[in-house]
Amino acid sequence: MFMLFLGHLVWARTWTVCPTCEHSSIKQTIQEANAHDTLLIQKGTYREFEILVDKPLILKGMEYPIIDGEKKGEIFRITSDNVTLDGLFIINVGVSYTKDNAAIRVVQSKNFSIQNMVLEQLFFGIYLEKSSHGKVYHNRIIGDAVDEYNSGNGIQLWYSTDVEVRKNHVQGTRDGIYLEFSDRITITDNVSMDNLRYGLHFMFSNHDIYTNNTFENNGAGVAVMFSKFITMKNNTFRKNWGTAAYGMLLKEINDAEISDNTFEENTIGINVEGSNRIKYIDNDFIGNGWAIRVVGACYTNSFKGNNFLYNSFDISYNSKLNDNVFEGNFWSSYTGYDLDKDGVGDVPYRPVKLFSYVVNRTPETIVLLRSLFMDIIDFSERVSPVFTPDNLKDAQPLMKIRP
Amino acid sequence: MPLRPLQQQEAMLKILKYSFYDLIRSRWSYVYFLFYLALGFVLLFLNNDVSKAVITLMNVIIVLIPLIGTIFGVMYYYNSREFTELLLAQPIKRTSIFMGQYFGVAGSLTLSLVLGLGIPFLLYGLMRSNAIFDFSLLLVTGAFLTFIFVGLSFVIAISNENKIKGFGYAVLLWLFLAVVYDGLFLMSLIMFEEYPLDTFSLVATSLNPIDLSRILILLKLDISALLGYTGAIFKKFFGTDMGFLVSMAILLAWTVLPILGLRYKARRKDF
Repeated sequence: MFMLFLGHLVWARTWTVCPTCEHSSIKQTIQEANAHDTLLIQKGTYREFEILVDKPLILKGMEYPIIDGEKKGEIFRITSDNVTLDGLFIINVGVSYTKDNAAIRVVQSKNFSIQNMVLEQLFFGIYLEKSSHGKVYHNRIIGDAVDEYNSGNGIQLWYSTDVEVRKNHVQGTRDGIYLEFSDRITITDNVSMDNLRYGLHFMFSNHDIYTNNTFENNGAGVAVMFSKFITMKNNTFRKNWGTAAYGMLLKEINDAEISDNTFEENTIGINVEGSNRIKYIDNDFIGNGWAIRVVGACYTNSFKGNNFLYNSFDISYNSKLNDNVFEGNFWSSYTGYDLDKDGVGDVPYRPVKLFSYVVNRTPETIVLLRSLFMDIIDFSERVSPVFTPDNLKDAQPLMKIRP
Repeated sequence: MPLRPLQQQEAMLKILKYSFYDLIRSRWSYVYFLFYLALGFVLLFLNNDVSKAVITLMNVIIVLIPLIGTIFGVMYYYNSREFTELLLAQPIKRTSIFMGQYFGVAGSLTLSLVLGLGIPFLLYGLMRSNAIFDFSLLLVTGAFLTFIFVGLSFVIAISNENKIKGFGYAVLLWLFLAVVYDGLFLMSLIMFEEYPLDTFSLVATSLNPIDLSRILILLKLDISALLGYTGAIFKKFFGTDMGFLVSMAILLAWTVLPILGLRYKARRKDF
């Protein structure tokens, strides 16, 4: 063991790179270095781009050295396994309409680690391509995207598996975090805000878990599409406002679990379309325009133990068919009573208002929100449902808010 | 001998004062005041949140204030008819008499509203909350609605000698503006859903003081942002300073119109 350790010390060399040193270029030092060496990059500005890391190295920045790509192209390209990038400040990635230039691109590598980086004025931020078993940890990605067509994503995973994305802060990019064909990814403790399109975007990615993330004020919230077995826990979706903005958009999602999340002040909390066998458990829906909007073909979903607080519409449906179960939720607009004092209301709650049907059909009628006329109509519909699905009700509404 | 203009004004103020104190002394004003006081306390006690209470209050305000204004106005006019006839025998201008009564009634109702809701909210710490602007908007629209509906009911009462008829018309007017109007509005929106309806819905909302107040308060509560495309259109119009001024101007026009009608009727009416 000791010999091994010694051997490592002997073989792994540490190179110091600084603008005034013998080694003033990162690119050249990488070429000279051997596998498993460490490059300590001192404070300063390095005007370099297309830096190819093709052997297992540790690149560590001291006091955030600036690597300025001068908008000429891609900056780091990692093609080897076991590469660590740590503590660099990367700016000015070249914008291209034919290539997806990234500040850091990882290509077909394993066991990489990208941590404590700061990326600014970027096109794509961190782009993982057919890579696996890596870590993207504690990075700060600040974009200044204005238009969708000439901006890139903050963290993009493409055909990558078993990656951990943790404690990152992404803002002002096109999609904050984008996953395509990527399985078994864990996304934890990230903040994704003020992005042009989605804070988090899933496409064809299965068995992923995302927990404790915050998605705020993104152009269209979070989109989870065409994926299976996704677990979403303890996330916060806030202030995703706009004509087509959702806290979360579910499209063609099967067998997912959505629990303990908070949806606050979104135009639409969750928009569900063609999604089956999803469990919605213990979520809080607070002050949304629509808490949940079910668009069509959603079967065997269950909604249990959720709090629906002060949403303009709790649930909106566009068909008369219902195959979903609502049970044991708390509804702030529930007006029933509990004679036997078991904490469960004695009369069922019907969460779908007739008004929401009318609004689905003619959006302009929203101007009649909270008018006496609509309240009367809703009341009579609630007493004897004609237009809303008869079995769409919560037979065991909670009397007290779930803590 | 008729009085000089200055004296006419004094006479009007005197009648205003008299009507005002008359109502303050009568139990109704207190009941109205206590109702709002209780409502304010209960709402705050149950909600623990000023901005939530403001939303609930809005529902009450846009329905109850017009109703109470209407009924109070008609009732007061018919009840004080003998006194009015006595005043008419004096050398006072008719408009002064009726204006005095109108402002007396509307003023005392507004006072009950402002005090009744203001006290609980002040005690609860409105000043420290950022809902103060929403709340003052609520009171301002409430005051406008009081003046508008008392005015309308005075016009109806002065045009109808028959008390039952007068009451009936006044309640019908309230019913129309509070409920039926929205029904017709909804029907026309659905009937013409193929056409662009943005301008139509903006105009139709502005024309009804109850709808206009509702939208103004809703927009201030930022619900508009939650309501997608159409909400955005409304926010764009009513949410700007210009839109706010326009809507205040419309409410003011709604207040002035019944007053002008009242003056016109009062001048011509044969007692």
